[in-house]
Amino acid sequence: MINVRDVTYTYMTGTPFEKTALKNISFDAAEGEVLAIAGHTGSGKSTLIQIVAGLIDLTSGSVEIDGLPVADKKIRRLVGIVFQYPEQQLFEETVERDIAFAPKNFGLSDDEISARVNEAMRQVGLDASLKNLSPFELSGGQRRRAAIAGILAMKPKYLILDEPTAGLDPKAKKNLLREIFGDVKKSGVTIILVSHNMDDIARFADRVIVLAQGEKIFDGRPRELFAREEILRRAGLEPPPITQLMRRLGVDEIVLSLDEAERILQKN
Amino acid sequence: MDALIRVENLRHVYKTASGDKLALDGVNLSIDAGEFVAIIGTNGSGKSTLAKHFNALLLPTSGKVFVDGLDTSDEENLWHVRENVGMVFQNPDSEIVAAIVEDDVAFGLENLGIAPDKIRERVDLALDAVNMSGYKVFAPSKLSGGQKQRIAIAGVVAMQTKVIVLDEPTAMLDPQGRREILSLVKRLHAQGKTIIYITHFMEEAAEAQRVFVMERGKILRVGTPHEIFTNVAEMKRLGFDVPVAAELAERLRGKFKLPKNILTADELAEALHR
Repeated sequence: MINVRDVTYTYMTGTPFEKTALKNISFDAAEGEVLAIAGHTGSGKSTLIQIVAGLIDLTSGSVEIDGLPVADKKIRRLVGIVFQYPEQQLFEETVERDIAFAPKNFGLSDDEISARVNEAMRQVGLDASLKNLSPFELSGGQRRRAAIAGILAMKPKYLILDEPTAGLDPKAKKNLLREIFGDVKKSGVTIILVSHNMDDIARFADRVIVLAQGEKIFDGRPRELFAREEILRRAGLEPPPITQLMRRLGVDEIVLSLDEAERILQKN
Repeated sequence: MDALIRVENLRHVYKTASGDKLALDGVNLSIDAGEFVAIIGTNGSGKSTLAKHFNALLLPTSGKVFVDGLDTSDEENLWHVRENVGMVFQNPDSEIVAAIVEDDVAFGLENLGIAPDKIRERVDLALDAVNMSGYKVFAPSKLSGGQKQRIAIAGVVAMQTKVIVLDEPTAMLDPQGRREILSLVKRLHAQGKTIIYITHFMEEAAEAQRVFVMERGKILRVGTPHEIFTNVAEMKRLGFDVPVAAELAERLRGKFKLPKNILTADELAEALHR
């Protein structure tokens, strides 16, 4: 369980450039949950996930993960964070060595390392035959998955993904989401998904937190969020295209998928 | 009338450590002055390689690219080609070079050796065109992604090129930034610019007059957004999305009698009302 209590974060405290990036944020993330964090650029999303991952120190408030304060080094093995465009951080000579990097640092046996590499590759849908290639010989979508596999090989209990599909073509995007919310999720990991793609949030998130100017302005189910136009407007977000389309067609219900839309229209 | 951009049997081969890679495999196309075209295709289909041929950042391995009648592979034409075609890329952070906005927009003009008062005039006009006049002396690092991308576009507008090529200009932006860029591009088109717009977002491509679909270094389909995106089954098979109204219309055809070419929410609403 992740418990975030009254977290405030201020940049450059005591200088003329002082700026509060997060104000009194509180929330919990339950085990096995998919929690989305939405908000436009500059809303505080990135700062928040870096605090949860223990990468930057909070100014006031507390973050606990499984009862441990976030400053405790032990949490580094519990939380895996995948930054935007993670493939830019691939650096090893082969895909296998790149994915093995974290387990190796954990001091695991060679057998355990290779088992973890195989499992992580399977989870993200990368064929084992790609193991010995240079990361640069992979396609854009494959590189992205290799980078995510490198984090999964740590076997984190909590996985934070910052815009995991940004810049991918529709097909690569669909495949990656299918793997993350299929095999990866089934392994029991808790997922925090940072995204401004409302379609992805509608389809995969159990719950969504919306940030605007460093404040939490919504915490609830995606379906509830898309009924709250004033919240969306304040956050600079829009309902998913299918939700907007159904509204345009005069349907009052909040519709989140094509399947739902089809069912509703066929009834009438 | 002669096309503003004409591509004939274009092939491009990249030399890599693990051998030759064929990125473009016999591309033919022509784009008229004042057109707004979109290019879609999966990662690695050759879209960006093609885009870089339009202003001679890349030259054909074989075949020809003509801009305003000028052969891009003739070195004497290089400056003329680049005066005609401006490029905007995906990541605004890697395009911005100066410490304040107006210097950044002026950068290309300074390199052309234009007089300072003329430069000032063109920078002001360009910033006005992208609605960023109020940010002249801002540091680009203080701007949002959408604003940075508008500054990058202003740099191209200031060059007064006939053609603006945008290679996934919204890929790194949030929804607000994407809206800003798309409406700016439509405005520039309305003012007479020829626009070549590369994107993974099908709703953006649907705003163009013509859509080119690329796969494996070839142009597979060319047509109006209605012709391309209402062919839902084929687009899905090729691994593309289609705008959601077209997809829903396709699913409803079993139950309702709907016309073939529904692309927008308004068109679907009208058809269902009947």
